[in-house]
Amino acid sequence: MTLRALRPVLLMAALLAGLLVLLPRSALLFHALFPSLDRPLYTRASFLDLTLAHIRLVLGATGAAALVGVSAGIFVTREAGRRLLPLLSATAAIGQTFPPVAVLALTVPVLGYGSGATLVALFVYALLPIIANTVTGLEGVERSTLEAADGMGFTPLRRLLQIELPLAAPVILAGIRTSAIINVGTATVGSTVGALSLGSPIIEGLSGSNTAYVVQGAILVATLALLIDRLFALGSDGTPA
Amino acid sequence: MITLAGVSKLYGGRRVVDRLDLALTDGSFNVIVGPSGCGKSTTLRMMNALIPADEGRITVNGRDVRDGDPAILRRGIGYVIQAGGLFPHWSVFDNIATVPRLLGWPKARVAERVAALLAMVGLQADGLARRRPSELSGGQQQRVGVARALAADPPILLMDEPFGALDPVTRHGLQDELKAIHKATGKTIVLVTHDIEEALKLGERIIMLEEGRIAQDGTPAAIVHRPANARVRDFIGGEEAILKLLAGATVAQVMRPVASEAAGASIAPGATLSAALAHMVASGHRTLDVSEADGRRIGRIGFEDLDPGRPA
Ligand SMILES: Nc1ncnc2c1ncn2[C@@H]1O[C@H](COP(=O)(O)OP(=O)(O)OP(=O)(O)O)[C@@H](O)[C@H]1O
Ligand SMILES: [Mg+2]
Repeated sequence: MTLRALRPVLLMAALLAGLLVLLPRSALLFHALFPSLDRPLYTRASFLDLTLAHIRLVLGATGAAALVGVSAGIFVTREAGRRLLPLLSATAAIGQTFPPVAVLALTVPVLGYGSGATLVALFVYALLPIIANTVTGLEGVERSTLEAADGMGFTPLRRLLQIELPLAAPVILAGIRTSAIINVGTATVGSTVGALSLGSPIIEGLSGSNTAYVVQGAILVATLALLIDRLFALGSDGTPA
Repeated sequence: MITLAGVSKLYGGRRVVDRLDLALTDGSFNVIVGPSGCGKSTTLRMMNALIPADEGRITVNGRDVRDGDPAILRRGIGYVIQAGGLFPHWSVFDNIATVPRLLGWPKARVAERVAALLAMVGLQADGLARRRPSELSGGQQQRVGVARALAADPPILLMDEPFGALDPVTRHGLQDELKAIHKATGKTIVLVTHDIEEALKLGERIIMLEEGRIAQDGTPAAIVHRPANARVRDFIGGEEAILKLLAGATVAQVMRPVASEAAGASIAPGATLSAALAHMVASGHRTLDVSEADGRRIGRIGFEDLDPGRPA
């Protein structure tokens, strides 16, 4: 991988790091921007802790969704599981139409307040794009390619690992990327049910009419989303299979 | 030995292959030929169990193809797929190395074999082996497909229109190459084509299919001289098919011992019989001397020798 390809990632990482260093030291700036506020800088938790907690939520939920979603997508495109394809697609689509807050409302009574309920909600939310893209990617592999693989004497497992998944990988990765980006935004809602995240300053700012908190949280969320997007871009173009 | 006994394939209630009986002997070069949709590819795919037969039984070397692991069966049968079917994410090298790697050959042996095959199909040019299929011409892709089927030196080769997308010169070159491979290795070959000229040139035995049934089964000469029905005669192109037959044999195969006096015109032993006929017409001689490049006469060929398959 060339340095040139890495540049957008390094740029966003540097921006995020810069923000994490500068934001705690920017009380004067926010006093100037928001003169009506007594305490314009969020201090209940450090921005670094909020960011790390946010990343943990997103990675945990997206990682689990990727594992489950890709497996489910593989299963329903095999002979044995093909019957379940319509059911799975419908279920995942319905899950997706639920607003995130509604998913939280359903998970909190079961799991209680905190990051557990948030993780589950994010997981459910991330599943659809991953399943949909896994199925699309696997079904998109040319019939003649599959016939050739069978004709050469691949076992079903080897065909999956060496032919189907590598050929479907760009589409599958695009699904995981979409889920991860959506989750960076959606994870903020977790703070309404007590999960620590970059949503904490946003939620508190909204309820306490402190626009400065909202701005601080939003800047970090946006930067994190861009960083993750650039990371995926790295994996999707120009890399050998 | 490949045998089909009462083999049918049904699609939507229609028998696209209709109770086929065939026994293909070891080392034979068989060509399945017929119009589009007559069931050629379907028949071929049933031989390596890519699709199951709905009726009847298929055996390869005495074993029912439904018994045992199909992956193991197929590694012993070279297969050239009609649509090409190269793995788009793999280099030419990796594509050709597919079956040797499935068989677990050591790295060095794989590399050696791939290099030999690249040379055999005329793709040894620098850097070609590292290219992806999308970076090759249609003809080059077909050659990779043939090389991939030959890679593990399987005793049986199933080839579905392997030379369809090639220009005539390359096609004839590869046909000659395949004929030479067959002669040298004694592989059992089943080649599907709808090009009757290719069939007459390559096949020792030609199986003409028509709506899933055998319309005629015999040597090229038998098919040309005694077409089973009007449709077969039309398909092979009437009497002119004899010219295609002549294009498939060489002077050396039919020449008689050298005579004492020169005939007045001569031809090379490697020339095709159609070239000999053309030369007879052009030179006005009904008999030609067969001469080596250095002018040495090694035999003679007369007009009446041209078609050994002609019934007496
Ligand atoms: N999977 C399938 N489902 C339904 N019908 C099929 C299927 N595969 C083939 N057929 C039909 O079976 C018949 C024989 O097909 P096949 O591919 O064997 O023809 P072919 O002789 O190889 O023709 P071509 O020269 O065009 O390749 C055709 O009418 C085709 O439409
Ligand atoms: Mg066909």
